[in-house]
Amino acid sequence: MTDATQSGPMLAADGTPLKKSLARSLRRRKVRALALIAPLLLFVLLSFVIPIVSMLFRSVENGIVSETLPLTVVELRNWDADSGELPDEALYAAFVKDMIAAVEAKEHTRLGTRLNYEETGMSSMFRKSGRNIKRLDPEADAPFKEKLIDIHEGWGEVETWRTIKTHAVPITNGYFLNAIDMRRTPEGPRAQPEDKQILVKLFGRTLFMSLIITGACILLAYPVSYLLATLPMRVSNLLMILVLLPFWTSLLVRTSAWKVMLQQQGVINETLVWLGFVADDARLVIINNQFGTIIAMTHILLPFMILPMYSVMQTIPPSYTRAAKSMGATNWTTFWRIYFPQSIPGIGAGSILVFILAIGYYITPEIVGGTKGVFISNRIAYHISSSLNWGLAAALGTILLAVVLLLYWCYDKIVGIDNVKLG
Amino acid sequence: MTNDAAFVEFQRVQKSYDGEVLVVKDLNLSMPKGEFLTMLGPSGSGKTTCLMMLAGFETATYGEIMLDGRPINNIPPHKRGIGMVFQNYALFPHMTVAENLSFPLEVRKIGKDQREEKVKRALDMVQMGAFGSRRPAQLSGGQQQRIALARALVFEPELVLMDEPLGALDKQLREHMQFEITRLAHELGITTVYVTHDQTEALTMSDRVAVFDDGRIQQLAPPDLLYEEPENSFVAQFIGENNTLDGVIKSIDGDTCVVKLDDGSEIDAKPVNVHTAGERTKVSIRPERVEFNKDRLHADAHTLKAMVKEFIYMGDVFRFRLSVAGNDDFIIKTRNAPDAIKLSPGQEVEIGWLAKDCRALDA
Repeated sequence: MTDATQSGPMLAADGTPLKKSLARSLRRRKVRALALIAPLLLFVLLSFVIPIVSMLFRSVENGIVSETLPLTVVELRNWDADSGELPDEALYAAFVKDMIAAVEAKEHTRLGTRLNYEETGMSSMFRKSGRNIKRLDPEADAPFKEKLIDIHEGWGEVETWRTIKTHAVPITNGYFLNAIDMRRTPEGPRAQPEDKQILVKLFGRTLFMSLIITGACILLAYPVSYLLATLPMRVSNLLMILVLLPFWTSLLVRTSAWKVMLQQQGVINETLVWLGFVADDARLVIINNQFGTIIAMTHILLPFMILPMYSVMQTIPPSYTRAAKSMGATNWTTFWRIYFPQSIPGIGAGSILVFILAIGYYITPEIVGGTKGVFISNRIAYHISSSLNWGLAAALGTILLAVVLLLYWCYDKIVGIDNVKLG
Repeated sequence: MTNDAAFVEFQRVQKSYDGEVLVVKDLNLSMPKGEFLTMLGPSGSGKTTCLMMLAGFETATYGEIMLDGRPINNIPPHKRGIGMVFQNYALFPHMTVAENLSFPLEVRKIGKDQREEKVKRALDMVQMGAFGSRRPAQLSGGQQQRIALARALVFEPELVLMDEPLGALDKQLREHMQFEITRLAHELGITTVYVTHDQTEALTMSDRVAVFDDGRIQQLAPPDLLYEEPENSFVAQFIGENNTLDGVIKSIDGDTCVVKLDDGSEIDAKPVNVHTAGERTKVSIRPERVEFNKDRLHADAHTLKAMVKEFIYMGDVFRFRLSVAGNDDFIIKTRNAPDAIKLSPGQEVEIGWLAKDCRALDA
């Protein structure tokens, strides 16, 4: 009983303090664990975290104006944008110097493209002016004001300089304003012109359609999951394979199959016409609109609803329903008061999974959605690959991510994430 | 077999799940009102199936089940009004204890005041009055068991079924609950069908025990008769500790017979379900009925030579393992009394018994 009589910290057999000894023995295990996950951690970091963070950063990053036109930006600070008068000669001289350097480095078209997002026409103005400005000599050809206006009349408009001044900041909220149908102006945030306001509507549509898809999935998946969980093993395994079969099939194949089914000359329309339910000249329009997107996505996301529901229902012992019936409850009461409440975590898990997958879905709406059935993700893809407005794409993506996190947080508050069982 | 006073009655009931094998074969059973009957048997013997048929969760393939004189084969479970306690209690996890108890009353459309009063009374009955607002998960196994019992009784059913309700409890709690359940059943005068595979439970709790094996009732008798007078070798083996010796009937004379064991020695026995000389038999003797104190043996009784193999000290009893007539697992027990004789391994003794304690059963 030396331990009991000993004063001070507990000592291990070799005389070192017990805590230190324990930490040392655990450290090796921790290092080992870290070494085991290190390759994956590195891979995730390089291929996932860093690209995403850098992409999200593009939503506010705006160094291009001040980097390409450093002298001009300094001069612009002295110019009062609200005066309604053109800037003075010093600014034009600085601009020409900047442009000559920019044309040399072939940077001026990129800047034009950037400013074109804010003011249509800027892109061609920069491109056309670039060739001519290159021929000017920054010393001999002064003054430049008239010459520039000769090269392109845009340089003689106050609006041009106001736009450049507004977007000369290195960190901008401009992309986020664009993402919610507003724009950065010298007077502060203003609404986009009516004909350019599509993104908020698109966000709304994405959320609304995702809700409908989630609802449809709940309705379709609940009875199937119930059967899966209650049927004898042999039958339920077969049913499970039927559920998983589409899950294993390529997403593109399934979506394309829906295209074949739903189009006006497609299987469904042909059958309806053949049966005489629908006139040949009044075929149903069930693709390239919201209806098509909802049908195809409900089908594609259904397994994500069934699997969590099934795993929850499987854990509800049949003795509960038996107990309820032995106490005199009818089948409906037993279901509604006993079975259903216990299956809610499954519905919650499935819903959150399907909803989050749905609001970020891209391929299916792209193929069967037409113009009316596309989601916000299709717009993001458009800005990434066609309009090359990566800043706006990043801003849209950031908002989408924030919405998902917010929903997740709400869900955790209301249902509790501990109640979610995925398997 | 039809008995007018029978409250629960199985008439020639058969049950098959797959159409090939009978799980319950020709079951006839009748229970008077207020009886505590236990269905005892190894797993797969058909006892739980019988209970489920009575509750209405399984349908009889053939035969009638009568409750209070009415055939109930076509009555759905929720209209039978039978209380039931399940093996894992089946307390609804999303409801409080009080809500659990209130549920059977709610579905019977009983008013709120009356409901609360009945719930309170049922909780007090199982000494759980203070736990009404808890959730089942916050209770210990024994407490859950009490709640399950209260829930099965709260709507005052005349028949209560219990499916191995004490299986998940530890030994001490189980013994306490055995007492509690029988006390309640007798106080309230409920007819109880109790299913278990634990023979001690069956013996201590029941008015009558039905021993099931292979889809049939092997013996239906009060506990003392079942233990002391088993009617066949299955029951003798299944209930309590038992020694068997194989042999052939040499002669039968009314209430006694002489059995010639396989090693050639002869013993006295009571013929139970053997009828003619020359028939093979298994004789069965309870360990505590074997006598090895020569002074107490009957003068003209047949005795056997035995070799002590092992001595096991169990506190209140001594237990010896002997080798008798080729059987190395012959157990005898003697009370740890001041004058008890302690045998030591290797010792040779002569053992004997009263002919009526040694039952010649089917081989």
